Amino acid sequence: MEQLNVYASRLISKKEYFAPGHRACQGCAEALAVRNVAKALGSNVVVASATGCMEIISSPLPFTNWRVPWIHVAFENAAAVISGAEAGTKALVRKGMLPDLKTVFLGMGGDGATSDIGLQALSGAFERGHNFVYVCYDNEAYMNTGIQRSSATPFGASTTTSPAGKMKHGQFTWKKNMAEIAVAHNVPYVATACSSYPFDLIEKVQKAASMEGPAYVHILSICPTGWRIPPDRAIWIGRLAVETGVFPLYEVVHGKYQMTLEFPERRPVEEYLKAQGRFRHLTPDMIQRIQRRVDIEYKRLKSKEIFEEIW
Amino acid sequence: MGERVGLEVSIAAAEAVKMANVDVIAAYPITPQTHIVEHLAEVVADGELDAEFIPVESEHSAMSVCCGSSAVGARTFTCTSSQGLALMNEIVFITASMRLPVVMVLANRSLSGPLSIWNDHSDVMSIRDCGWIQVFVENGQEVFDHIMFAFRVAESQKVSLPLIVNVDGFILTHVIEPVEFWDAETVKNYLPPFKPVNRLHPDNPVTMGAFGMPGIYTETRKAQDSALIEAKPEILKAWQEMADLTGRHYKPVESYHAEGAETLFLTMGSIGETVSVAVDELRAEGKSVGQLSLRLWRPFPFEEFRQAAAGAKRIIVLDRAVSMGGQGGPVATEIRSVLYKEKNMPVVTNFLCGLAGRDVTVEDYKAMFEKASKMSKRRVREEDYILYGVRE
Ligand SMILES: Cc1ncc(C[n+]2csc(CCOP(=O)(O)OP(=O)(O)O)c2C)c(N)n1
Ligand code: SF4
Ligand SMILES: [Mg+2]
Repeated sequence: MEQLNVYASRLISKKEYFAPGHRACQGCAEALAVRNVAKALGSNVVVASATGCMEIISSPLPFTNWRVPWIHVAFENAAAVISGAEAGTKALVRKGMLPDLKTVFLGMGGDGATSDIGLQALSGAFERGHNFVYVCYDNEAYMNTGIQRSSATPFGASTTTSPAGKMKHGQFTWKKNMAEIAVAHNVPYVATACSSYPFDLIEKVQKAASMEGPAYVHILSICPTGWRIPPDRAIWIGRLAVETGVFPLYEVVHGKYQMTLEFPERRPVEEYLKAQGRFRHLTPDMIQRIQRRVDIEYKRLKSKEIFEEIW
Repeated sequence: MGERVGLEVSIAAAEAVKMANVDVIAAYPITPQTHIVEHLAEVVADGELDAEFIPVESEHSAMSVCCGSSAVGARTFTCTSSQGLALMNEIVFITASMRLPVVMVLANRSLSGPLSIWNDHSDVMSIRDCGWIQVFVENGQEVFDHIMFAFRVAESQKVSLPLIVNVDGFILTHVIEPVEFWDAETVKNYLPPFKPVNRLHPDNPVTMGAFGMPGIYTETRKAQDSALIEAKPEILKAWQEMADLTGRHYKPVESYHAEGAETLFLTMGSIGETVSVAVDELRAEGKSVGQLSLRLWRPFPFEEFRQAAAGAKRIIVLDRAVSMGGQGGPVATEIRSVLYKEKNMPVVTNFLCGLAGRDVTVEDYKAMFEKASKMSKRRVREEDYILYGVRE
């Protein structure tokens, strides 16, 4: 957050490219993230969206909330679709059939579309090195279909397919670390962001777009409906996720890790968990396990900061 | 016209794609389609073709990339077979509903299981209702010609639909045949540059792939179905202009000694040429027999077919796929319904043959003719569906 200061909000464009009037739930911080990503990139962009909440709330025929060129094909292929759009445009520009506008190509999808069903397509697009930005809006479950677990659902969270019952206590696996998977592809830019920190988010998306080659931004996007919190708590919960270290904000530029927001002391994870209905059933024992895990992962992440740029 | 050369049909197909000056090729290797992609990769690597060759990680992504590139207005080609088509199935349907004029060569191969790399039509029949224009070809020349035809028809603003050229795997893809190339001038006259109806471009933002609520879905389906049906005049025009330029005449339903024949074989794809030999021999024996070949499968040429079949007493439909638990072969089922209630409706006899590359010879077709002649002429019965040559 290099340029963050009290005037930051004045520097942000007032123009909206993701128009108001969409059909997201009240307090949806995923829609807020989409709005800010669109703001960050402006009008010179082509967007490919995966099936999911954000697609459904913004494109009921014959209406659209998109003021920029936008395409939706299916659930698992946003990365492949955007790589086709990028490659097609590249060919047409090279052959002199279109002027070179230096358009940004943006692929986007939810955590399910990204870390589960669309992981292969994303991996392929990363590996082929297309010049595109991929944004994952991580609300930690398949919200569009009714709050089913994904591989990004955190340990202990109750969802409709990882319900807290008499024998089981919600999600039984630890959250898949999608940002690290992106890093493993040696793409030039990877960052995490959260809609509770809009300036940081906008800056990271713009940085991602400025990179030559694939860039990945993983955005924690609080979903009041699925997380079972009041709609006016989404921003606060996002801040807690960051302040507890559950979701650290960092970027990896050409292999070099850099924390983007740190606190002298992290708040206890319990504060974050207790505020959400999806963790209501957690026992003190489980909360402790989660705290330990968060501590370890945070330490690990910090330890990576010492490495210099690697390419 | 260009020169006439002998070469592998896959290479001829790739050369035609090159001459069509495609912008994007996205494909994933699968036998027997491989020689086509390999050759395209080569011509791009050698700078003979200025295109993006995208070596995707799966067929699902191949078709998805094609959607993206076609949506920005790039001339787009892909090819696949069998399992590859099955894997891209989901996107094949969407490509048509989004009216993206992608061109695909489908090197027809049987579907697993058991796994088999050899030729039949079970792959294409699995996507019968996908909304693409679908044509079948019989030889190398037809493959070459129909790739030009494919881009021309698919990209026409009056059509704007994807198109599949069905080429029998191995039997056609891997044989060496004489092919008359088109010269650059002919290609230029026949195939204008691709000007899409809409493209994803910042100057004029459009939304593609919005979702349909029950209040509008039916209307979108109607629009799509109409678009496919209304593509026919453009298809006919493209064949007519090709005839003017090359002297080769193509029709939705080709006939061979069909006029006045009591019995007609109905073929699709490369078996047609073998059946023609059988027809010659049977006619030499004094039998009243002819042949129809269905070149245009979608949109189905109802009028042309009924006209071509008029007067026949029996039609022997040769199917290259099984419709499990149904009435035999998908083509015969359809032909029966096309002819239903026609005056003096011919008896439709259905032989399923040549599954997964099993050889079917001239003698076999003659045997089918004999067998069919002895069968009831009165009405369609269940036993009119015969899995030819099966060992039980
Ligand atoms: C191939 C396929 N499988 C399943 C679905 C059903 N489906 C649509 S959206 C969705 C979940 C989306 O979850 P996510 O990507 O996390 O996005 P969110 O809705 O949570 O923003 C599912 C399972 C589908 N459309 N396509
Ligand atoms: S379910 Fe969640 S992510 Fe989806 S629109 Fe509602 S609040 Fe937003
Ligand atoms: Mg989700």
